[in-house]
Amino acid sequence: MQQTESFKKRIDKALHNEQARINFRSGMSGLMTKRATQFNDDQELQNMRDHARAIRSYSLSHLPELLEQLEQKLVSNGIQVHWAENSKQANEIIYQILKKADAKTVVKGKSMVSEETGLNEYLEHKDIEILESDLGEFIIQLAKEMPSHIVMPAIHKNCKEVAELFKKHFPDLPYTENIEELTLMARNILRDKFVKADAGISGVNFAVAETGTLCLVENEGNGRMSTTTPNLHIAITGIEKVVARLSDVPPLFSILTKSALGQPITAYFNMISRPRPANEKDGPQHVHLVLLDNRRSQIRMDDELLDTLRCIRCGSCINHCPVYVQLGGHAYGTVYPGPIGSVLEPQRLGLDKIGALTSACTLCGACGEVCPVQIPLPKLINRLRAESVNSQRSEAQISGKGSLRKMLEANTWVLWKWIYANPGLYRVFRWAARRFRKLSPNRLGGWTQYRTAPVPAAKSLQQLAREEGFSNE
Amino acid sequence: MNNARENILNHLRTNRKTNTPLPEAIFPEDNWEREHKITQISERMQAVHTEVHRIPTDGMAEWFQQQLPLRKLNRVLLGDNELANTIESSMPPSIQVTRYLRDIEEWKQELFQDIDAGITSTFGAIAETGSLILWPNHEEPRLMSLVPPIHIAVLKADDIYVSFAEAIDKQQWGNYMPANALLISGPSKTADIEQTLVYGVHGPRQLIVLILE
Repeated sequence: MQQTESFKKRIDKALHNEQARINFRSGMSGLMTKRATQFNDDQELQNMRDHARAIRSYSLSHLPELLEQLEQKLVSNGIQVHWAENSKQANEIIYQILKKADAKTVVKGKSMVSEETGLNEYLEHKDIEILESDLGEFIIQLAKEMPSHIVMPAIHKNCKEVAELFKKHFPDLPYTENIEELTLMARNILRDKFVKADAGISGVNFAVAETGTLCLVENEGNGRMSTTTPNLHIAITGIEKVVARLSDVPPLFSILTKSALGQPITAYFNMISRPRPANEKDGPQHVHLVLLDNRRSQIRMDDELLDTLRCIRCGSCINHCPVYVQLGGHAYGTVYPGPIGSVLEPQRLGLDKIGALTSACTLCGACGEVCPVQIPLPKLINRLRAESVNSQRSEAQISGKGSLRKMLEANTWVLWKWIYANPGLYRVFRWAARRFRKLSPNRLGGWTQYRTAPVPAAKSLQQLAREEGFSNE
Repeated sequence: MNNARENILNHLRTNRKTNTPLPEAIFPEDNWEREHKITQISERMQAVHTEVHRIPTDGMAEWFQQQLPLRKLNRVLLGDNELANTIESSMPPSIQVTRYLRDIEEWKQELFQDIDAGITSTFGAIAETGSLILWPNHEEPRLMSLVPPIHIAVLKADDIYVSFAEAIDKQQWGNYMPANALLISGPSKTADIEQTLVYGVHGPRQLIVLILE
């Protein structure tokens, strides 16, 4: 139960951070409004979601074949492919590639999978300078923080906080709270790094098996810089990101940017299919792809939980979550926050480690309604809640099953089930509850912290109905 | 490390999922009139801060002749093709022309510091989303449209498709993909600080599109 206590502590801390809460509220409202402007025809939106879901479902049902096809295409295009079962293997592979190339400085485009493996920390320990180049990621790297949102990593900071951070790290530059000037500062600092970097690391939004193409979606141009300027490019992605055909890309790309940012398209769509050909003058001469499992193949074993892997990481479930908007991303304590985090992380890390995340959900259903690939998030959260308190051996292969089971709670439900299933017992219980209503406890843990305890009514509903003249119950 | 590949694939193979059908690719109606495509792409691009000019094909050289000095774009980067030759031949002497002829390793610092604008052709464009298609190659390398603070792109009006799906289909991308294919839909931008939109983060601050008719 230690995880529950530490989750509560993080929640408490988050709720007392007034500034961050204001930043989250305005950030999420903005993203929700912008998304809505992109989908003004419900039927069309539904068609788009059906199509996107079908593409992703096909990918998952044909995953081994598609991965082999992807590998074969990439290799014949000249891109080297590596497989990693877990974070440790992925980090080690990347380090070995860098070491072999004698690469000391690395610029990085945004990649959630690299957050998942803790790549930055790993490489820093090996004395490799790794610099985040996405503006939001750059800011939180300076602050030594985790992303608080998968698309907008620095959404918890306002311009004043960013200004102070820049002043601290770059004391020679003039202090400014002007967002344009801050952005320009970051541009200048990072341009110099792009010129000097030995290698670039990026994530992948879609990997196309048909052609061996890695697709990157971005607005800033740092992704293009990281994948074009240095002579070595290493991309890292989860094995689920593969799609079968090039023609699957436009519908996914379109619903991704509309759902994530409320933009019809991003400034750049970067498709990489091979290293620099002999007669070309720029682009990396060496390109690698690291395919990471990290329990994804395990998640895929379960016919219901498999849906988790359809995710295209747009973040719209997070933007629409009434719990996330109050807490922000850091309270979750995981790489992926919000609804998708509450579903993915307990499966990735174990219910015994982080299963408590599922308890924060109100089951309002907003996340499932906006998900562009129709992941039934509320249903999956409920399923994981059940798995976390289930004592019976279920089919599910989730580590930490039943780890949140509490004896008192479990026994209370067993007792209640027994009473409720026996009419005689139930009548005795009802009579006792009314007769001794004054004796019902007025301290009920968390419930009575902010509310008064419920007291059984003097008359039962059955009794009231009878008095009103309903003859037939 | 080779075990990882087999372990992952074996794990995936042990659980063969029910065969979900592959959905038909969607093609939006591509019967837009040429004029409609031009106005659509112009509107879309202008909405995200892109400057769009419609000019007659034989007026292109003149546009550069007038506009580059006027905008004080004195150091321009050209590729190694017909388009570059045409533009350079009519360039006023005040403009310093650099051709992208060397490997990037030989002049990286110079490219980052000493160029005001990069001028490229395009492989086509998409009306629906206001996007340019670029397939950089040995004549027009990848960094031309990324590093200089201003990118000027020349687009032939006949090369505009309605949708991305249509471009992939008609241009038969499936047969051969270049090292790098790009969609560019406006200048570089960010909203990472307080969701405030700022143009020109890492890529060009300004995108100018010349539609040749």
